[in-house]
Amino acid sequence: MFGSINTSMILAILPEIMLFILAGFVFVFDLVWDDSQRRNLGWISAGGFSLIIMISLMLGTPGSDSGLVWGGMLRHDWLGFAFKMLFLFGATITALFAMDVEDLGKKGEFYLLLIFSTLGMTLMASSSNLIMLYLSIEATSLPLYILAGFFKDDDKSTEAGFKYFLFGAMASAIMLYGFSLLYGFSGTTDLDAIAGVIKAGGMNPVLLVGTLLMILVGFGFKISAVPFHFWAPDVYEGAPTVVAGFLSTASKAAGFTVLIRVLLTSYAPASDTWMMVLAIISTLTMTLGNTLALAQKNIKRLLAYSSIAHAGYILIGVVAISELGITGSIFYIIVYLITNLAAFGIVSVVGRITGSDEISAYDGLSRRSPWLGLAMLVVFLSLAGMPPFGGFIVKVLVLASAVKAKLFWLAFVGILNSIIGLYYYLIVLKHVYLYRSENEQVEIPVTRPYAIGLIVLTIGIILLGVVISPWFNVSTIAAKVLF
Amino acid sequence: MIPTTYYIVLSALLFTIGALGVLIRRNAIIIFMAIELMLNAANLAFVAFTRMYGIIDGQVFVFFVMTVAAAEVAVGLALIVAIFRTKHNIDIDQLNNLKG
Repeated sequence: MFGSINTSMILAILPEIMLFILAGFVFVFDLVWDDSQRRNLGWISAGGFSLIIMISLMLGTPGSDSGLVWGGMLRHDWLGFAFKMLFLFGATITALFAMDVEDLGKKGEFYLLLIFSTLGMTLMASSSNLIMLYLSIEATSLPLYILAGFFKDDDKSTEAGFKYFLFGAMASAIMLYGFSLLYGFSGTTDLDAIAGVIKAGGMNPVLLVGTLLMILVGFGFKISAVPFHFWAPDVYEGAPTVVAGFLSTASKAAGFTVLIRVLLTSYAPASDTWMMVLAIISTLTMTLGNTLALAQKNIKRLLAYSSIAHAGYILIGVVAISELGITGSIFYIIVYLITNLAAFGIVSVVGRITGSDEISAYDGLSRRSPWLGLAMLVVFLSLAGMPPFGGFIVKVLVLASAVKAKLFWLAFVGILNSIIGLYYYLIVLKHVYLYRSENEQVEIPVTRPYAIGLIVLTIGIILLGVVISPWFNVSTIAAKVLF
Repeated sequence: MIPTTYYIVLSALLFTIGALGVLIRRNAIIIFMAIELMLNAANLAFVAFTRMYGIIDGQVFVFFVMTVAAAEVAVGLALIVAIFRTKHNIDIDQLNNLKG
């Protein structure tokens, strides 16, 4: 049994192994260095994450076989691999953005928790067994609960951490009960074998829908889909801004990976059943997210509702249940991750200086810091889905997949929602470009890590929208795994 | 031998009590206990199904769930302590700094 470990198994978990080593490095340097040097832990983490991406791309790309490794616990395929790289990229940027945050950038434990949470996400992306799935989801969530409540003397942060924890623990308990029933009525914990049992008609339809709904509670919480979205605005507002950025991007992307994988492997034979459920969730998520965003005065809450709305758009592609739809969803997640990370990065830069997250604090930003204003223009137009930025092409893709699947009403709801979205994104840009404020002479300094991160992300948003084919191809390869 | 159905009914009852506890009670610690009850309901179902099928996966699952539950308690209690230090109260209705 133990003699059968071979290189392909090691290569399948190469990113995870390297993340573990990186955690060791951060841990040691945290002990050795004194307070004046600890900021460099951010460089180590960010550098380590990007090194892991490079090494994995060189050595660890999945082959053409089914890729089941480690006794069927993990699956080394392109779907998992593409998402792993995405999470690692998100973690790189988050580490950079964290460096100059007061009370956070110089703490080794922040970077350690970030690394372990990323480790959980990479495992989530490749789990192919209920046990592994549950463990990796918890391994992702537990560090994130702590990160959300990281400022332990700050009322808002602890409250955010606790709310996130309570909702998360409740959602994962319901999901676990769903897992136990799924195991009970199918007799296996393997995701593919469950599909076999469902296909053979071995499960009562009522129970099937019951387990599905319970599992959707857990996944819906992770991707903050309506009606499991309540936590998102509160947690994003209270949590440290960089953590909110990480929660809204990498954590949400991880939720989508497992959602896509479980629905399209285990529940694939019952796709008629869940398609309608998911279509309704998608409609509600888009509409509620966008309409509630209209009334927000706080930029972090606005971004929270906007991220809820985006979860709805991504779900459109999943509902279409086609290769084009999943390709669109994956591509959308890539664009969304990069765009939203940039948005929270800018909020973090501005919040450091102005000490406020109100939208009115952005009055005259273009005069105070033209480059930051420009980055904000790119980011918000991309979120609104304007060409030539990344947000445009992915919206076209998911809507096209809905039309192709004859879900015209869903595409219509999506377009209607994009228009609502455009309105509140433009309101923010109006504050940035048109409004004046009395302290226009006060510059907003952008420190080096922020500058690097924001430049990479802004160029990324433009590249995603202009040079489409490489990203589209990667998404297609990843989507092909499921069909 | 007691039929598996009895265990499943018991586990469903435990789960319902737990879920109601989370929704109705206002004390953070009690809510916490209710969540543990929900996890243990799932554990009971796992163990009962494992006995029915005679395959070990479910029991392995239970060990992992217990470990995760312990870790979750550690994080949760730490957060409750952090809240108690600033608010001197762990009633979740008092957690209303964040809204809008």
